[in-house]
Amino acid sequence: MPNPHTAQRAALLAAEPMRPAGPRKGVRGGVVSALRDLAAHRELLGMLVRREIKARYKDSALGMVWSLGRPLAMLGIYYVVLGQFLGAARGIDDFAIFVYTGLTAWGLFSDAVSAGTGSIIANGGLVKKVYVPREMFPLASVGSALFNFGIQMVVLIVATAALGHFPTGARWLYFPLALVVILVYATALALFLSAANVYLRDISYLIEIAIMLFFWVSPIVYHWTFMATNLPAGWSAGMRSAVMDIYLANPITLAILGFQRAFWVAGDTHEQIADLAGRLGIVFAVGVALLWLAQRYFTRKQADFAQEL
Amino acid sequence: MTNVVEIRDLSKHFSISKDKSLKERIVNFGRGKAFREEFWALRDVSLDIASGTTVGLVGPNGSGKSTLLKMIGGILQPDTGTVDIRGRLAALLELGAGFHPDLTGRENVFLNAAILGLSRAETEKHFDAIVDFSGIERFIDTQVKFYSSGMYVRLAFAVAVHVDPDILLVDEVLAVGDLPFQQKCMDRIRQLQHDGRTIVFVSHSLDQVAELCDRAVVLEAGTVIADDVPADSLKVLREEFDQRRAADLEKQLAAAAAARARLGGAEGADWPRIESVELLGPDGAPVRQVGPQADVTIAVTIDAPRPTDRLSLTGGIANALGVTAYATNTEIQQASLPTISGRTRIDFTLADLRLVEGNYSLFAALDAHDGAQLDQRRDQTPFVVTGDHKQGGFTWARAQVSVAQA
Repeated sequence: MPNPHTAQRAALLAAEPMRPAGPRKGVRGGVVSALRDLAAHRELLGMLVRREIKARYKDSALGMVWSLGRPLAMLGIYYVVLGQFLGAARGIDDFAIFVYTGLTAWGLFSDAVSAGTGSIIANGGLVKKVYVPREMFPLASVGSALFNFGIQMVVLIVATAALGHFPTGARWLYFPLALVVILVYATALALFLSAANVYLRDISYLIEIAIMLFFWVSPIVYHWTFMATNLPAGWSAGMRSAVMDIYLANPITLAILGFQRAFWVAGDTHEQIADLAGRLGIVFAVGVALLWLAQRYFTRKQADFAQEL
Repeated sequence: MTNVVEIRDLSKHFSISKDKSLKERIVNFGRGKAFREEFWALRDVSLDIASGTTVGLVGPNGSGKSTLLKMIGGILQPDTGTVDIRGRLAALLELGAGFHPDLTGRENVFLNAAILGLSRAETEKHFDAIVDFSGIERFIDTQVKFYSSGMYVRLAFAVAVHVDPDILLVDEVLAVGDLPFQQKCMDRIRQLQHDGRTIVFVSHSLDQVAELCDRAVVLEAGTVIADDVPADSLKVLREEFDQRRAADLEKQLAAAAAARARLGGAEGADWPRIESVELLGPDGAPVRQVGPQADVTIAVTIDAPRPTDRLSLTGGIANALGVTAYATNTEIQQASLPTISGRTRIDFTLADLRLVEGNYSLFAALDAHDGAQLDQRRDQTPFVVTGDHKQGGFTWARAQVSVAQA
């Protein structure tokens, strides 16, 4: 016998349109509906980020303090070995601040990309059993990297104050600009690589190496001018400027320079790159386009995640 | 009728590529086909599910039930055809899929509820009810990695049934926890049914399907072979299972006979079989209709081509849904059978059998002393129990209603 609840619910449902189960396919309305999906699941995203952070340091006595361990150890190594033994600090004032600024910015990027790459596979159990927008998982990796970054930033700001070189004024504007550049590229890469990694597991190993390589390509432990001054002497001026153009086209290099402009006050006496804000603006625009492409790729590939895992 | 799920000509095939690494891909480049295995998990399935119904998906292993459920849940995408749904959907495909072992029960409740589509505010509203339902208040702030598997599924199930779905997909997870908890789960499912929610579930427990569903869909090798009320669908499936079982039995016994023949014996396919299962009245004549209080005999005729000892025989009565209403066994009755040779009739005489009215049938099974089943018969001798249309359930009783001030 039909009971009143059944009829009532059926009547309410009859008013709703039918929709395809699962993610919507095709480019049409893709980004908009993906964003709407994400907005609807923002609480879940927040919880996934919190889960990553909480679970990482659960059961350790010092907890989140450990998120500072690695960067501080790296700072110590680079400061002592590179700075003092190898003399890199001689040409750079406040070398500790300089290195730590670069490490903090780089840490955000590399954490987000490497965790993001493995995120779909790491959450395979969920991907196979429940439908949630799968963009959640790489985005949660970026979010958790952002949290660690926040802690390191607090240390950085305290350190600048302690050394009496607290950044003031308009230089702070470089910080959000450089930060969004890193976030856009890290998110785009995390989306693209997490999807690709499902189909070709080698990606995660490749990324490990690429991240190590690009750490040294970026001006983190050396000043960007070292690149120019250490090019082979035999090269023509045209060749030199071409190499430097390529070098400075790296968005992460530019973002790190932006961070240094903001927080490394002693750097004002060093040679500055021309029109850093403009360059950051351009790579940001390119980054947004790449993010869009990465999202398209992700959407296309995610339909088969559950069966590939 | 408002449909909440509409499936049209749905097909899904899986190709299992065996080369995952770059090296293997390069080595096998151009020979891709040889290293791929393809099979159709679903073929041209069309199905409408109306709001407020409970549908059971049943079938042998690998028939595509779980794939179909995942397609409705949007976890897998169709190759061809469409799956359209409306309303809020919650999938309960694996209990605690979203649980993180390092987080506490409390944190996992919130996380899992969010995964199933509940907002934080809604979860907070239901939190006490969830914990209460799970019955593990004491451990809610313990990390779930220290939980026993029973506690784990209790909490996961508690979260899942408190999500407020219009469509609930359930995959083989109802048989969790201890008996009281299972009953709690069943009560909750009935409550969800009463609320007019649609439930689609996969189960291997045919009794459960018969009990809960309005409709059962039988899948076999990716196609729908029956879609009807449970009684009829399950009959199709049981026949299918019996055929498989019989084929298996045939193979096993043939292998055993061959082994015996190799060892020197000249026996062929000579194991004992059930020849017939009959229902007899008090006068020894076959009957097809009995009253609510009946004296009947289940007469099983066995044919043993050569003398066989220590056999055990089960006889019983199944109702229209195939659920066992009565069963007994020569061993339980402590009536050990003598060595049987040739055609032999064994009678189970049931005095004062009180079955509720309905359609029934007989079944019998013959086991060897080592527990191996030699033969079985189901749906034998259909018969009717008449009644006064005043009772339900399994048994009949002389009932009377009286009212008094308490």
